[in-house]
Amino acid sequence: MIGNFPYVAVVIFIGLGIYTLMFKKNLIKIAIGVVLIENGVNLFLITLGYRKGAIAPIYTQAPSGQAMVLPTPQALTLTSIVIGIATTALILSVAMMIYKHYGTLDTDQVRRLRG
Amino acid sequence: MNLSNHIPILIVAIPLLAAFLVPLIGRINKKATGTLTTLALSVSLILTITLAVKILTVGPQAYVFGATSPSLTLPSGLKFPIRIMFQIDAMGIFMGLITAVVSFVGAVYSLVFMKQHSGLDKYYSLLLLLTVGMFGMEFTGDMFNFFVFLEIASIASVALISFRGIDLGEPAEAGFKYMVVSSISALMVLFAVGIFYGQYDILNFAAIASVIKYSQLDKIALGLLIPVLAMKAGAVPMHMWTPDAYSEAPAPITMMLVATSQASLYALFRVVFSLYNISLNALTVGWIIIIFGLLSMFIGVTMAIIQKDIKRLMAYHAVSQTGYMFLGVGVGLAVLANPVALNQYGITAMEGGIFHIMNHAMYKGLLFLTAGALFFRTGTKNLDKMGGLAHSMKYTTIFFIIGAAAIAGLPPFNGFASKLLIYESVYKFNPLLSIIAMVVSILTLASFVKVFHSAFLGPKLPQFKEVKEVPRSMVFAMAVLSCIIIFFGLFPDLIVKNLVHPAVMSLIEQLQYTGTVLGGM
Repeated sequence: MIGNFPYVAVVIFIGLGIYTLMFKKNLIKIAIGVVLIENGVNLFLITLGYRKGAIAPIYTQAPSGQAMVLPTPQALTLTSIVIGIATTALILSVAMMIYKHYGTLDTDQVRRLRG
Repeated sequence: MNLSNHIPILIVAIPLLAAFLVPLIGRINKKATGTLTTLALSVSLILTITLAVKILTVGPQAYVFGATSPSLTLPSGLKFPIRIMFQIDAMGIFMGLITAVVSFVGAVYSLVFMKQHSGLDKYYSLLLLLTVGMFGMEFTGDMFNFFVFLEIASIASVALISFRGIDLGEPAEAGFKYMVVSSISALMVLFAVGIFYGQYDILNFAAIASVIKYSQLDKIALGLLIPVLAMKAGAVPMHMWTPDAYSEAPAPITMMLVATSQASLYALFRVVFSLYNISLNALTVGWIIIIFGLLSMFIGVTMAIIQKDIKRLMAYHAVSQTGYMFLGVGVGLAVLANPVALNQYGITAMEGGIFHIMNHAMYKGLLFLTAGALFFRTGTKNLDKMGGLAHSMKYTTIFFIIGAAAIAGLPPFNGFASKLLIYESVYKFNPLLSIIAMVVSILTLASFVKVFHSAFLGPKLPQFKEVKEVPRSMVFAMAVLSCIIIFFGLFPDLIVKNLVHPAVMSLIEQLQYTGTVLGGM
């Protein structure tokens, strides 16, 4: 039962992220919503590779017979975190440009493109 | 070392290397950046054509990074092969050809079109990265690798959409929308990758395809992948980013964004056909894709009719044309489990849908380039302010007529060839769908007649007295696309038989795809 808690956290993270995207009107908060979803997905990946009582997967120094956590999800998560930083930086810099031209971060007023 | 074995990686590596060389070269000589980009992309184009010839004569190619064999062991006895693969079949190289042509033409067009902008080294660097992302999405045989290339393409295209955001508000606004949409899509793809990895312990497309059970979790993964990839492809009702992003990006980038959307569309077809194939409930999923197609076709074209901004109008037409691809391939998918119907009209419908992908990339690219040419000389995108431009921009007028006739499906242009394939095969599946497709085509023609009338016809306006034909490199870029359009329109049989039919068969026959990789396993 307690092993499933990380998955509950994943659902909460992604749920909160989607809620933020749908109902918040501030561009920075939308960026935070994207980051929340990203964290949920990263947590999901890392939880997939977890084995109870296992050690870090460093093959050359491992005592024989000891169970190890899966290394692949960790590699995936690391890559995903790096990509996430790039996306977040880009979202925030675009939000900055929007603020410079529109003087606001409210999505109701950042609406020159329509129709 | 035999270089011809390494063509798949060279196609991706040369633009990637050039992408990081361009800013360095830009420090020494600003003008060399564009030349270097064009050079790198032309090498890439030549290599893609070489690879296409090889694949269409020899068969699908797999290129392995890391462990050469899946059962390789380390000297210490540890069995843990680390390998990522490029897996290129007829469908992958079909999309690769589109990317290669479009990015090369885009670079040539940019040489003069972007000349007066600052930060050109960054522009070309991002353009090359966008190309790398597209090639990667089309060539890769690994799901996680696909996610990485998807993100590379997204990040590069967002930066390019908001390239003019330093001076204007709108490009930044469009870029923000696209960024949010594409990060959500990419993250959901990653979530689906996690679901597959959790169940089967593998990330390779073909390896997953050989063991997939269509369990409850696989259905959830499919339910995540279809909407997000359709969203990236710009299908209604997830099309809200398309008109903004397409209309605010510089014209050559818009053309490449169309190709990027189609790379996502390719991924959608790859997932549905190569990953799930007959294990899924083909009729239901097929109808879902058909409905995406119908909505996109109809809503796209009705929204396009009321637009006044020329690029926004064309962007809505891009949504509408994507609908045809969904329709054609969706009909093929719906009859996938029924061999009689598949042979009778399913394959033809898919040929129409897949052929339309290439045709659309060419004529829509050409139309966006003509819109860019108009903007380059008149400085406006508003149709109401244009007029009488046929007097002074003769080449652009001819190119526009070619593009508009192709998109409206008039013979002898390429749009007619693929649309006819779709009409006649979809009619056998469900007559109503075919009739809707024809009505949409007529509305498309009506809309482009309006554009032609208001931009090109009429007396010469006094404010455009100084307007003259665009520079030679832009004319060359548009001429390349026009030649391809006319060639495809005159010899559709040749293309369908040699290029499109193998692509369709490699989608339908799952074993052909998985066999390439698992043959040695």
